[in-house]
Amino acid sequence: MAQAYTPGLAVSRGTTIRKERKLPLPGEVLVALGDQVEADTVVATTYLPGEVHLINLASALSVPESDVEHHLTVEKGRSVGADEVIAETKGLFGFFKSQCRAPVAGVLESVSTVTGQAILREPPTPLQVRAYARGVVVEVLEGEGVVVEAHGAYVQGIIGLGGEAVGEIACVEGGPADPLTAASLTEEHRGKVVIGGGRIETAAVRAAQELGVTALVVGGIDDADLRELLGYELGVAITGTEDLGVTLVITEGFGDVAMAARTFDLLTSHVGALASVNGATQIRAGVLRPEIVIPLEGADEEGSADGPMILEPGAAVRVIREPHFGRVGRVVAMVVELTVIETEARVRTAEVEFEDGSRALVPRANIELMAG
Amino acid sequence: MNDMRSILATDCGSTTTKAILIEHDGEEFRLTFRGESPTTVEAPVEDVTVGVRNAITEVQELAGRPLLADGEIIKPMSSTEGVDAYISTSSAGGGLQMMVAGVVRNMTAESAERAALGAGAIVMDVVAANDKRLPHEKIELIRRLRPDMILLSGGIDGGTTTHVAELAELIAAANPSPRLGASYDLPVVFAGNVDAQDVVRERLGTSMSLEVVANLRPTMERENLMPARLKIQEQFLEHVMAHAPGYKTLIEWTDADIMPTPGAVAYMMQTIADERGIEILGVDIGGATTDVFSVFQSVFNRTVSANLGMSYSVSNVLAETGIENVLRWVPFDVDERDLRNRIKNKMIRPTTIPQTLRELVIEQAIAREALRLALDQHKRLATGLHGVQQQRTIADTFAQGAGGDSLVNMGTLNLIVGSGGVLSHAPRRQQAMLMMIDAFQPIGFTEFAVDSIFMMPQLGVLAQVNETAAMHVFNRDCLIHLGSVVAPDGPADARSGLRIAARLPDGATVDERIPAGELRCYPLAEGATVEVEATPEGAFDMGAGRGHAVKRQVTGGVVGLVVDTRGRPLTLATERSDRLTSLRRWYHALDLYPSTATD
Repeated sequence: MAQAYTPGLAVSRGTTIRKERKLPLPGEVLVALGDQVEADTVVATTYLPGEVHLINLASALSVPESDVEHHLTVEKGRSVGADEVIAETKGLFGFFKSQCRAPVAGVLESVSTVTGQAILREPPTPLQVRAYARGVVVEVLEGEGVVVEAHGAYVQGIIGLGGEAVGEIACVEGGPADPLTAASLTEEHRGKVVIGGGRIETAAVRAAQELGVTALVVGGIDDADLRELLGYELGVAITGTEDLGVTLVITEGFGDVAMAARTFDLLTSHVGALASVNGATQIRAGVLRPEIVIPLEGADEEGSADGPMILEPGAAVRVIREPHFGRVGRVVAMVVELTVIETEARVRTAEVEFEDGSRALVPRANIELMAG
Repeated sequence: MNDMRSILATDCGSTTTKAILIEHDGEEFRLTFRGESPTTVEAPVEDVTVGVRNAITEVQELAGRPLLADGEIIKPMSSTEGVDAYISTSSAGGGLQMMVAGVVRNMTAESAERAALGAGAIVMDVVAANDKRLPHEKIELIRRLRPDMILLSGGIDGGTTTHVAELAELIAAANPSPRLGASYDLPVVFAGNVDAQDVVRERLGTSMSLEVVANLRPTMERENLMPARLKIQEQFLEHVMAHAPGYKTLIEWTDADIMPTPGAVAYMMQTIADERGIEILGVDIGGATTDVFSVFQSVFNRTVSANLGMSYSVSNVLAETGIENVLRWVPFDVDERDLRNRIKNKMIRPTTIPQTLRELVIEQAIAREALRLALDQHKRLATGLHGVQQQRTIADTFAQGAGGDSLVNMGTLNLIVGSGGVLSHAPRRQQAMLMMIDAFQPIGFTEFAVDSIFMMPQLGVLAQVNETAAMHVFNRDCLIHLGSVVAPDGPADARSGLRIAARLPDGATVDERIPAGELRCYPLAEGATVEVEATPEGAFDMGAGRGHAVKRQVTGGVVGLVVDTRGRPLTLATERSDRLTSLRRWYHALDLYPSTATD
């Protein structure tokens, strides 16, 4: 077996990126096939059903559950205003009436003669889906959304925090191994997607929040800093809904890790370009990685942004587990026989030559392909 | 089905589809070949049968005879090709995700939870009339979680109908859109008070796909989970599976209903426990979840610890147990910051494997904690029935409980079966055995095994069509027997000890007093049995009371006979150097790691 499929994160100078932009519920698509869209173009809209309130009419009116329907003052299915009377008893000679009022405005959806409860539903709330990245509508999913196709540079991170954000790319002083510090962020980074190099600390994220930075893209973060930022231990890598005020994309992993030179060079070569960033990550079946999309006019196609890549002699790789964690090199041989490693496990390995010329046998499971 | 000679079985997991070929060798059924391939339910393939065909192709190549023709399984078997039957289980696409609802949290709702888990579901949440959440919170929850199916129970027969109606109204108001698409009517199984059936039909009959079965808790004293379990599995097939990509074809191929993977394991475990008349505990520790199955007092229970696992959920194990509980099993010093970063890196790159011994030791320390936590969760659910009135004598006055004590009894347990990468692929088998001993802390005499390729799901479905074949393969090919452990109950204080007397198959005799706080390992090969007399001293008890000897036949395995006098509950020294010394001594006694790992 001289080659093997292996996972890798996409880093491409020019590729086609397709993004499905779907509503969570059926709604209306506002753009047509072939339309040119900007990142903030609303492509589809719908209404989310309002919140539901259960009102115990039987108890409020002190009547048997089976009788509540007789005491309604509004018809089922009708809209009511906040504090409007929805049911009342006749009282005694018109006095001593018991009333029940709507706690909020909404529609009286149903009334149960078994439990004596009424269901009041608040008005629906509008929901819009935007294009997210500049591109062209290449498919309309009737009543559901669209597929937007963009051309440009594309970088996947390993884990992120926070949702979608759009801003111009900016960078700070330093190289791919230099940490992104609070001091390196200034007023000019407000609203920007800031590219750092190595590790980021809590203080720098806090500074970015205060300055109104849109997104931060860095090589690594310490688990302790992540915990401090979130206020809890991240148990499983399912993120995207954090409300940090700034989207964070980590490209390499946890600890003191430099951003891969190719990723760093690519991102910093587009300072001033508009980027669409999403920190949402889901490392489960149906894996979702955080990403940076930089739509570019006339970008050369370098190949697909996703799909399996082949591990074979000559492939540029990064080791993703100790004892060589973070080191990059090239595969010099795919070892055919199972190799007994230090743990005494028999595994498939590849021989990797690192940048300093040294070589090591590394389990294939601990190797990640690097594009280019 | 009884004249079958060869059976092909697949298990479509979230990531891997495994195929096995079982053939009759003239005397009995044996596992002959196996193959695997990535599961293909997601983009770009989106057709489960592609992965199934690939896995079968591997088997076909190994077997050296055609099993597939034009992409379809050749049936029945002829002298040169094909198989007599094809069966499958599935947990692809996240398995079966359910919500359950009942009136009282620790009565009908708990029974409903047991029924859903026993059917092979992942229980996303349990809603109860008395769970202290406000109605709108429950509605929001149901809407947000978007289950594949809901099991509604509540009320014993002749009991409350109002609360059941209330729950039905909540579900109707939430009207969750299933995650498998808008065109799909959400299946709801009602297994509650027989008098509430009409009102439930009225509330849910039109908007959802409602099925009504017998009450799962007809009286306080009795649970009747089987009708609900079977209906859940039927609905799983008709609704959930039918919407998963490629499953319509797969359903047509199979000669028995496709079962959810854990449901099939459940069936197999029950069959083994019944057949051998034993109490059994099974654990499958995966990357994201850990399943625990047990049969105690002939009652089957299953729990899923949804966020305890060795890769996707490894960081959650740390969050739940705390770093100090992981480090207590590690016989060397570790930098905490570095360890935390390493664990997080495993979470984001879940397919990596430990390359250094130290990483292996740490990974196995985490596994001990994941297994321990999963068993704790299992003990809490695998209980007798809450709310049952119990007859008490004057002697019980000072030992009153509300019923609902855990059925899990480590003292009466006969067999522990482990599965999942960290156990099945441990480089030394004694590592798997000690991880389970440390996590589960068995008492008395307990046999250990690992299911090396997690074949139990396929055997579970097979047992439904041909129980003999399933039992043959289970006994001969499924398990790797590790051996037995003898462990007294009670604290490991200075005066305690255990005298062990046995004549080993090679003629050697063992007659030894083992002081408290030790681990010993004696060779006892797979298939060998020996009578062991264990006499407890001091605070130790082998089940017959302090000082009373117990004799038992024990079975051997690839590890042998392990005697564990570390006491129950097992407590590790709090002082660092004492703890490290003990760990190194224990690990050395079992030849657990090459010596460099513990320096």
